Amino acid sequence: MTNALNRRGFLAAGAASAGALAAGSAKAANPFEPKEWGQYLGAGVDDEPYGTPSEFEAHVVRRNVPWLTADSVSSINFTPLADLEGFITPNGLHFERHHGGRAIVDPAEHRLMIHGLVDKPLVFSLEDLKRLPSVSRFYFIECAANGGMEWRGAQLNGCQFTHGMVSCCQYTGVKLSTLMEMVGVKPNGKWVLAEGADAAGMNRSIPMEKIMDDCMIAWAQNGEALRPAQGYPMRLIVPGFEGNMWVKWIRRLEIGDMPWFAREETSKYTDLLEDGRARMFTWVQDCNSVITRPSPEKPWLDRRGFHMISGLAWSGRGAVKGVDISLDGGNNWIPADLEGPVMPKCLTRFSLPFEWQGQEMLIQSRAYDDTGYVQPTFAQNRSVRGVNSIYHNNSVHTWHIKPDGGVENVQLV
Amino acid sequence: MTLGLTGLLALGLATSVLAQDYQRPSISGIGAVAQPEQIAAWDIDVRPDGLGLPVGKGTAEDGEALFADRCAMCHGDFGEGVGRWPVLTGGHGSLTEERPEKTVGSYWPYTSTLFDYIYRAMPYGDAKTLSPDEVYALSAYILAENQIVEYDQELNQDNFAQIEMPNRANFFADDRAVSEAYSERCMSGCKAEDINIVSAAPELDVTPEE
Ligand code: HEC
Repeated sequence: MTNALNRRGFLAAGAASAGALAAGSAKAANPFEPKEWGQYLGAGVDDEPYGTPSEFEAHVVRRNVPWLTADSVSSINFTPLADLEGFITPNGLHFERHHGGRAIVDPAEHRLMIHGLVDKPLVFSLEDLKRLPSVSRFYFIECAANGGMEWRGAQLNGCQFTHGMVSCCQYTGVKLSTLMEMVGVKPNGKWVLAEGADAAGMNRSIPMEKIMDDCMIAWAQNGEALRPAQGYPMRLIVPGFEGNMWVKWIRRLEIGDMPWFAREETSKYTDLLEDGRARMFTWVQDCNSVITRPSPEKPWLDRRGFHMISGLAWSGRGAVKGVDISLDGGNNWIPADLEGPVMPKCLTRFSLPFEWQGQEMLIQSRAYDDTGYVQPTFAQNRSVRGVNSIYHNNSVHTWHIKPDGGVENVQLV
Repeated sequence: MTLGLTGLLALGLATSVLAQDYQRPSISGIGAVAQPEQIAAWDIDVRPDGLGLPVGKGTAEDGEALFADRCAMCHGDFGEGVGRWPVLTGGHGSLTEERPEKTVGSYWPYTSTLFDYIYRAMPYGDAKTLSPDEVYALSAYILAENQIVEYDQELNQDNFAQIEMPNRANFFADDRAVSEAYSERCMSGCKAEDINIVSAAPELDVTPEE
């Protein structure tokens, strides 16, 4: 029998016992028996030049909701938040939202052009940019439509779908203030049009103040080159602002004296109110949070006793200052603990130890940030916006913990 | 490890500088000056004041056959949308209704956006293949189907941005900092009324299965 055959045999057995465990079967695996992995040799160092997660984690993947969009090319998939730890999103699990599909861009054929109201229009290759002083910063990115399916009532049963259009990474790149200094922005250069090289030619107007404050052109994410899904070879980073503005496959920055009112800042990414008026330029992602455990994906099925309630909070305005947890549908609140590091415009993990006796509960998290802003309820958001604004739903979310430990997405009055 | 000065000189590497003498250079010589023809090749954006509109012209009459040929399979013969593909026409007066229909005619604030978007992104899957004349004609067709221009009205670089869109006045800049300045952090007895579940996701049963 070859080593490879043995490995395959053990994998099949392993999957079977994982299933048995999940089903709570009496025939659970016995970890104390001799194991194949303790007897036979594992794989060498040359079979997997780029590593992949354990086969036992195969369920931890991005998922999409086919009925949301006309096709999967201009669509979205969601980060599996319930299975993530800490505050970093692994690159392969970062949510994807494209308007013209995932572009495959050859860096040798790609340039970044900066022109318009400047003294010296410049063109940069990826190699040019990498020679410049760079910074590495942690930021969350959230699609403006995160939670958008929940405006009219509880719809999707899982935090992957209710909140998974958010990810958080360390980005490496050059600050846009550095590039703007190199081209010499004219005094009336108050707006920047960012444009992608993809089939959507994604374009957004960004105020110069924000560009100079903390925007970057990034080429790396979590220590490696950007993935094609996130804009390889370069993308715009607009910390705290809606994800659509973080133009991927970025090829052009034009400096102008007024906004462009592109399709993605008029037809889309504007927030229709009940009276028929619409807010535009709603860039900031307000303070938001979600409990990721327990959740529909991570129920407490018949597991009474000690649990950690755990989740993620974030704010596009600054740093998360605290998170409160309610067990009774928002009547009373208990401050949770924040797990460091707590950084501005970055996901922040919170947790609270809890002893569950099998009681039914309506659990919620409510985050507040260092500007004093407190995450609102659905009732508060709906009273100002109605239910047709699609974007920027940061309402306090409720999980219904049932007596058997099952968890459901619900909304309350 | 230290290299003797003579060794360094022999290698032609005589750049030994003491920390207090080190001059940090400023950035120079990185990036190439963008040439006018390079800028022209990429600078396709159009603004509400008409800046960026290329020279060209077209009428809805010119656009009708082209729309049928290159757009209608997704957007319908009259922009009414096929299946789940976007609806481009109609929906006028629906923005305050229970199910608003946001289309070019009912929602968009500027015509410039229509030119800018079609020129860069449509037809979906074959972008940046239309000439300026074709985009004027297709835009004219979509606007005519929305009763915003006449069927035989010529649109060109001089008059295109002047056309007023019916919903223009209904857009306003983000005011959340004032209208949604939530700052109350109630800790106990926050809900006077009874708490009831009004909707539960499993009842809808629209969550994708594993
Ligand atoms: C294969 C299907 C398809 C074809 C053909 C097509 N479109 Fe589109 N169109 C789309 C999709 C999909 C979108 C939305 C893209 C997105 O999600 O960003 C869209 C968006 C649009 C929009 C913006 C709609 C809005 O409300 O924001 C306009 C205008 C438009 N198309 C015009 C055209 C024109 C003109 C043509 C023909 C030259 C064309 N389309 C051909 C699929 C198509």
